[in-house]
Amino acid sequence: MPTLSVWFIRASLVALVLGYTVGLLMLNLKAWTRTGLMALLLTPHVDLLLVGWTMQLTMGVAFWILPRFEGGRSRGAAAFAWIALVLLNAGVLLVGGGSLVRSDGARLAGRLMETTAAVAFGLHAWRRIKPASTGTAA
Amino acid sequence: MPALTRWFLRSALVYLVVSLCLGVLVVMPSTSGVAALVPVSIHLFMVGWVTQTIFGVAYWMFPRLAGGKPHGSERLGVLTYVALNAGLMARAVAEPMLSLRAGGPWAVLLVLSGALQWLGAVVFVVNTWPRVKVR
Repeated sequence: MPTLSVWFIRASLVALVLGYTVGLLMLNLKAWTRTGLMALLLTPHVDLLLVGWTMQLTMGVAFWILPRFEGGRSRGAAAFAWIALVLLNAGVLLVGGGSLVRSDGARLAGRLMETTAAVAFGLHAWRRIKPASTGTAA
Repeated sequence: MPALTRWFLRSALVYLVVSLCLGVLVVMPSTSGVAALVPVSIHLFMVGWVTQTIFGVAYWMFPRLAGGKPHGSERLGVLTYVALNAGLMARAVAEPMLSLRAGGPWAVLLVLSGALQWLGAVVFVVNTWPRVKVR
């Protein structure tokens, strides 16, 4: 497993635990107090688990297993995938934190970062989506 | 494919079908009173299908450890499976019931369901973390 995939996947595991922790807190609120705090936690919960966990894990595994170039020695433009890693995690932090402090600017910046991360990863992965006969599968 | 992966994946397939059936139920005009089932159907899909499929495939396909336990601790893997599914099923019962009758045992069961799912996720991470490594 390449270093970048290790970073993607370990960050996704952290997001999984954080997302479930927020979810546990939300279920406690729902069970006992039903305060408005639940609405405050919904966006961080969803963002951590959809973007931080599922999307990030998918990127990490894709970087690892998609077909490579040069007889298996190269994964192509890895810089785009590194950019995706940084922007995705910064985005999740900004969306979650911005939701907690009710900052629309932080949430918007976070969502833009997540979207840019998706574009960057797409730029990396596009050329690796090819018939196995023209390259070596990882 | 390890036996535990087969359990994860077959359970995930069941949750997929059940969650989509609930998705049909909540949009039927004659059953508009079942809005409490909306979060249940979403979580049966995202936890029961998506996350459980990931857990099962990761247990099977992630880089193996050297020594006698290539998939990590099987005991922790089973604990993940049991906690996640017990928590999810408890939630599927407690959340709609709580909407009918607030507080009491359904509230306790709902909190317990969250704690079990949280435990399942944490144990999965503990068991998987050493296998996420540069090869």
